[in-house]
Amino acid sequence: MTEKRFMAGNEAIAEAAIQAGCRFYFGYPITPQNEICEYMSMRLPEVGGTFLQAESEVAAIYMTFGAAGTGARVMTSSSSPGISLMQEGISYIAAAELPCVIVNMMRGGPGLGGIHPSQADYFQATKGGGHGDYHLLVLAPHTAQEAVNLTMLAFDLADKYRNPVMVLGDGNMGQMMEPVEFPPPAKTEFSKKEWNLDGARNRPRHLIKTLYLDPPVLEKRNLAIAHKLGEAVKNEVRFESFMVDDADVVIGAYGTVARIAKTAIKLLRENGVKAGLLRPISLYPFPYQQFAKVAESGKKILVVEMSLGQMFQDVQLAVCGKTKVNFYSRVGGVVPGYDEIVREVEKTAKESG
Amino acid sequence: MEVVYERPKSLFPVATHYCPGCGHGIIHRLVAEVIDELEIREKTVAVAPVGCAVLLYNYLDVDCYEAAHGRAPAIATGCKRVHPDLVVFTYQGDGDFAAIGTAEAIHVAARGEKITTVFVNNAIYGMTAGQMAPTTLIGQKSTTTPAGRKPETAGFPIRMCEIVATLPGAAYVARVSVSSPKNVVQAKKAIRKAFETQMRGLGYSLVEVLSQCPTNWHMTPFESVKWVDEKMALYYPLGEFKVPKEE
Amino acid sequence: MTGKIVINEDFCKGCALCVNACPQKLLKTAKHVSKTSYHPAEFVDAEGKCTGCGLCALICPDVAIQVFRDRKAGGEKK
Repeated sequence: MTEKRFMAGNEAIAEAAIQAGCRFYFGYPITPQNEICEYMSMRLPEVGGTFLQAESEVAAIYMTFGAAGTGARVMTSSSSPGISLMQEGISYIAAAELPCVIVNMMRGGPGLGGIHPSQADYFQATKGGGHGDYHLLVLAPHTAQEAVNLTMLAFDLADKYRNPVMVLGDGNMGQMMEPVEFPPPAKTEFSKKEWNLDGARNRPRHLIKTLYLDPPVLEKRNLAIAHKLGEAVKNEVRFESFMVDDADVVIGAYGTVARIAKTAIKLLRENGVKAGLLRPISLYPFPYQQFAKVAESGKKILVVEMSLGQMFQDVQLAVCGKTKVNFYSRVGGVVPGYDEIVREVEKTAKESG
Repeated sequence: MEVVYERPKSLFPVATHYCPGCGHGIIHRLVAEVIDELEIREKTVAVAPVGCAVLLYNYLDVDCYEAAHGRAPAIATGCKRVHPDLVVFTYQGDGDFAAIGTAEAIHVAARGEKITTVFVNNAIYGMTAGQMAPTTLIGQKSTTTPAGRKPETAGFPIRMCEIVATLPGAAYVARVSVSSPKNVVQAKKAIRKAFETQMRGLGYSLVEVLSQCPTNWHMTPFESVKWVDEKMALYYPLGEFKVPKEE
Repeated sequence: MTGKIVINEDFCKGCALCVNACPQKLLKTAKHVSKTSYHPAEFVDAEGKCTGCGLCALICPDVAIQVFRDRKAGGEKK
C-alpha cells in the first residue's frame, strides 16, 4: 500500500483505473461523474495514455468497443441517461465478448430525471440493460476505498471473463471525499491476446463480430456466453456480512445506502435492537445463497434502496417466501437518512413472525 | 501469355453474396488491390458496417470488426488510438454513414482522425430491400417513397463529401463511381490516395463511391450503371473535393 | 492472338457488365446455366481479336475474370 490520498470518489475511481493499467478512456460529460472525465483528461497523457471526449455516449461506448477489440485496458464512464444511450453498444460488447470497464454513477430518473444520487438503474445494470441474453458483472462499492479496489478488480474480471464489467455507484459516492490508498501498480501491457485485432502479421486474421444468421449457431453463441457467466456466478459472488450473526433484523442494502445503514445499525444496537447488514458487493452475480441463509435462520429482512423495489425483487427471489421481507426506499435523488432506517428496522423488529 | 490481371491476394477466393451487377463487389476488389499494392495487409484493420456489406469480412483477408449500424467510425477511432501505426478503414453504406451514423461520420472527420472511410452511396437501402436512403434522389421511387421522394415530406438528399470537405480535419475527400471501366480506374486511384493520406498522418480521408443497386432500383445491371452516370452523378458530382497540400 | 481471358463460372453471376465493356464484343451471355444457377458470361474469340485490355475485369463485380496478354505481340505491361 502506498501513502493515503484525500480524494473524491470519482477521482479515486479514475486513478484506480490508471493504476490498474487502463490507458484508454472515452467518455462524454454528464453530471454527476464529470470529475472522472476531467481527471482522465489530466492524468492519462501523463502516463502515455489516451483521453478522448467523444461526441456522444453512443460514440464513447463504440470507441471503447474499438479499443477493447485490440486487447487494451479501456474504460468509459457516465451517469444514468448516458448509460441508457450506451446500452446498444454494451450489448454488442457483451456479444463480442470484449473486456472493458463501464462506470455508472447513478442519478435520479426516469428521463432526464435529476442530478442527485439514485439507485434506480439496478435492473438495467444487473439484468442485461440492452437487447439480447447477456449480463454485465456488476460491482457496487460503498466507500471511496472500496471504489478503488473494485475498479481495479473490475479490469481483472473483465479480462478473466471477456465480459464488460460495470462499477455501479451513485452521485453521492462520486462527490464524497475520503482518504484512499492504492495497491501497487499492475502491469500495463495487456494487448497480447488470442483474439485481439492488431494487424494480421504472421497469423490468420482475427474477426470480431456479433452477427450469426444461422439460428443454431447463434443459439450456441448464446449458450457459450451463458456458460461463461455461469462460471462467474459460481466464483465471483462478493458480499459483506456486517453484524449479521446475532441480528434479529438484517438490512439488505448496497452502495451509499449500505453505508447509511451501518450508522443506523450502531444506533439501533445502542438502543438494544439487534440489527445487521448483508451488503451485496457484486450485484451480478447476486448473493442469493447468503440471503437465503439469513431467511432460513429466521431473521427478518428489511431491504432499503434508492429505487422503488429493484434489488428487493432479487432478495425476494433468494428467500423464496421463507421469511418476510420489508422494504423501504427514497427515490428521485432523495437519500434516506439513518433515522429513517432506524425507524423502519424498529418497525420490522416489532412485527410478529 | 502472362497473367496481367488476377484476383488480389487480400480477397478470399470465394463468390460474394451480392446480387448480379452490384457495385460492392467492384469496390471490395479495389480496396483489396490497394491493400496489396501498398503492402499493408498485415497492418490493416477493416470495420464493416450494417447493411449489404456487413459480410465484408467474408471477403477481405484482414483483421476486421463488425460494427453496429452507423458506429464504424467510433470503433475505428478506438482501434486507431490504441494502434496509431495500423491502417484503419471503415466501409459504410448510405444509411450507415449519412443517416444513423451521421454524428459519428461528421465527428470522425472533425477530429481529423487518421482513418479512411469508403462510403458506398447507392441511393437506396439494399439489405432491407429497397427503402428510402438519406441519399435517395428527389423523385426516386423506393418502398417507403412509393410515389417518388418528395422534398416536402421526405426532405432532400445529403451530399456527404461536400459537408465533410468543409471540416478542417478532413484531409482527402473525393467522390467517384464504378459505373464504367474508366470510372473504376479513377475510383481505385482515389481509394489509394485516401489510404496514403492516412499513412502519411495527414488526417481523415473519405472516398464516396456512387454504386449501382440493380435489384432495388428494378433495373438490369447495364441500365443501373447508366442511371449512375445520367442521374446520380448529376446530383452527386464526381471529383476531388479536398486534397492534401503537398509539402 | 495477343490476349485472352478466363472466366471463373463459380464466381460469375451473369450480370453482363463485361459484355457491354468489351471493345471487341467478344463476350456474350452463355445459354447454359452455371453450378450457381446463372447464365455466365462466355468468351468467344475465334479470330483472336482479344487484346487483353482488361476492361472486362475492371468492371466485373465478382472478380471472375483473369486476363492474359502476350508481351511479344506488343501488349504493354501494366
